[in-house]
Amino acid sequence: MSDVVIRAENLYKEYRLGTISHGTLYKDLQSWWARMRGKEDPNSIISTIASSAPGDSKNPHFLALRDVSFEVRRAEALGIIGRNGAGKSTLLKILSEVTSPTKGTVKIKGRVASLLEVGTGFHPELTGRENIYLNGAILGMTRKEIARKLDEIVAFAGIEKFLDTPVKRYSSGMYVRLAFAVAAHLEPEILIVDEVLAVGDAQFQKKCLGKMGEVAKGGRTVLFVSHNMAAIRNLCERAILLDRGEVLLNAKSEEAVSAYLDRNLLKGAKASAEEIGERLEGTFDPGNPFLRFVEIALLDQSGTPRKAFSSDEDITVSVSFECLRKVPELRLFVYVVDENGVHILGSQNLDDPAAMERFTSVGAGTYSATCVLPKNIFGGRTFFLSVHMIYPKVEHVFVNKILEFEVKFKGWSKVHDGVHSLVFLNPQLQWSIQPLAA
Amino acid sequence: MESMEKEHWTKVIGPHRGWLDIRLAELWRYRDLIMLFVRRDFVAFYKQTILGPLWFVLQPLFTTIVFTVVFGRIAHIPTDGMPQILFYMAGVVIWNYFADCLNKTSDTFASNANIFGKVYFPRLTVPVSIVITNLMTFAIQFTLFLAFLAYFYLAGSDIRMSLWILITPLLLLQMAALGLGLGIMISSLTTRYRDLRYVVGFGVQLWMYATPIVYPVSEIPDKWRWVFALNPMSAIVETARYVFMGAGTIRAWQEVVSIGITSILLISGMVMFNRVEKTFMDTV
Repeated sequence: MSDVVIRAENLYKEYRLGTISHGTLYKDLQSWWARMRGKEDPNSIISTIASSAPGDSKNPHFLALRDVSFEVRRAEALGIIGRNGAGKSTLLKILSEVTSPTKGTVKIKGRVASLLEVGTGFHPELTGRENIYLNGAILGMTRKEIARKLDEIVAFAGIEKFLDTPVKRYSSGMYVRLAFAVAAHLEPEILIVDEVLAVGDAQFQKKCLGKMGEVAKGGRTVLFVSHNMAAIRNLCERAILLDRGEVLLNAKSEEAVSAYLDRNLLKGAKASAEEIGERLEGTFDPGNPFLRFVEIALLDQSGTPRKAFSSDEDITVSVSFECLRKVPELRLFVYVVDENGVHILGSQNLDDPAAMERFTSVGAGTYSATCVLPKNIFGGRTFFLSVHMIYPKVEHVFVNKILEFEVKFKGWSKVHDGVHSLVFLNPQLQWSIQPLAA
Repeated sequence: MESMEKEHWTKVIGPHRGWLDIRLAELWRYRDLIMLFVRRDFVAFYKQTILGPLWFVLQPLFTTIVFTVVFGRIAHIPTDGMPQILFYMAGVVIWNYFADCLNKTSDTFASNANIFGKVYFPRLTVPVSIVITNLMTFAIQFTLFLAFLAYFYLAGSDIRMSLWILITPLLLLQMAALGLGLGIMISSLTTRYRDLRYVVGFGVQLWMYATPIVYPVSEIPDKWRWVFALNPMSAIVETARYVFMGAGTIRAWQEVVSIGITSILLISGMVMFNRVEKTFMDTV
């Protein structure tokens, strides 16, 4: 017996762009008449896929998914990643039967529950209890099943006191917690989750991650769509990378995530807390971290963020971070890496004995650390920056290739050619040339 | 390849579903949801109005008074010997139920786009729950009618109730089926052709005048009776008046035609709804 619980075969989803006008009726009749005679629908582009390039503005049709095929096995947690508009949501909508594919099939074994967005069908006038029943029923539970799980759901959401209060008086946190709790207790064979972790406080997010891990371990299958790469890496063994409706990569989540990040390098000279959060890696307790990045930036000598430098300029790496609890021993690392992630240059805060004296131990608060990459060392290349924060043996967080910067090599003399511009480091070293004594 | 795989898939999602694959069994499995929708709509209504169920009483009462004055006193339209108030009230209460079912179900996709876009459950649960919710309104208005009926009966009016009164639930069922069938048919069409939504509003009003609500069928010349037979609501209204007050004209063949048309409308409505529910999210 095969263990495959979802098999998607050659899925296509076509959307028609633009508004529905008076021409709609005519075209509908035309399509209908063609189908009746068993001919190709003249208004569909599936038959002419080869000729339709993505982003072709003349074509009013748009393929949100093109030839997507994959399998998911029982008890597997599969991540689905990709940029906005890559087709992730469309895929989930098809899997959860909200809409149907234009072509292709999905075969599913077992009950599917989707959390496309939590709180679906909550009515503000109804009480928490009533909403649990209503929401549970919408998600496919019977009244009996819900009654059996009610206590568990209420405890998970932590809303015991407000069970008989209309949900319109709930805080947004309570609302989300309740909604997730209902869905998490569904016990479906396949759980589809889209971005729930974007909501709720850190502690609740941790609870959700735990619950989802539990679901996967309990022999059930989880499909998880998120922009939170750390969560994908934590939760999923395998991930699918979608791009413009196509499956680019179906691999181990580590591999898929780094492929995704490589395709989505940050454009600017500054990375915000949110952008860093998406790319955060390392070992830490997501619900209760010690250290958090606030901002990472590359600054020129005047303190302005920049991403292109001349080789005769100092480049300042500025790392702002928040320390949530006292960290008795803090280590910061800055690495300059190439596009393959190979370390070219590294430095840590403890390299400087004076800084070590003052800043080894830090209390709660927000700090800004800077490290100057001195002028006259880089060659003319594109570089990437990686930053690590370490509380030895407790926490190690890092972001790889968080910023990209370019160095234009000025040259030491008038004599510099193409060879020089290819090296990563090109400091002026001491040379001496002497004739050998005969 | 097919023969090699002896796998049991619970569900196969493909681009199309058969014309008649309406999945009534699934609807039955979701019966708890239907009842919870009914409860939700009911609770939501009460929490948002001050007068609550009083509205249900005032509306038919005033409509009946207006009809009695305009059509009875001013236009002198006969009522087959029934007391005018009862004649109009019976029509109004019955028509209200049908019109409510039609109006509200015809909006199913548009007003539930938000929730339909996120999670799958049989879409038919929503219009079915609307039809059931409307029964409560009907029950209140019908009680009002019965109260008037009792009053006129005690006051000595010529009211001959027959045992046929027992078929009232069937009449109600037919109205529900008719309202539901047409409503979901229109809601399926409005996902693509929005204009239809505006047609429903005044269409229902015009339809009322094409139904013997403010006049009895006996006023219609014989050669036009067949036109009325095509309107399934005519038979329902006439039958109801006949069983409660013992007056009016109704023939068995008219009943048969009415039930036949209702069935056709209900089935085609379900078929269309079923086709649309799979892809309507793409057009909203």
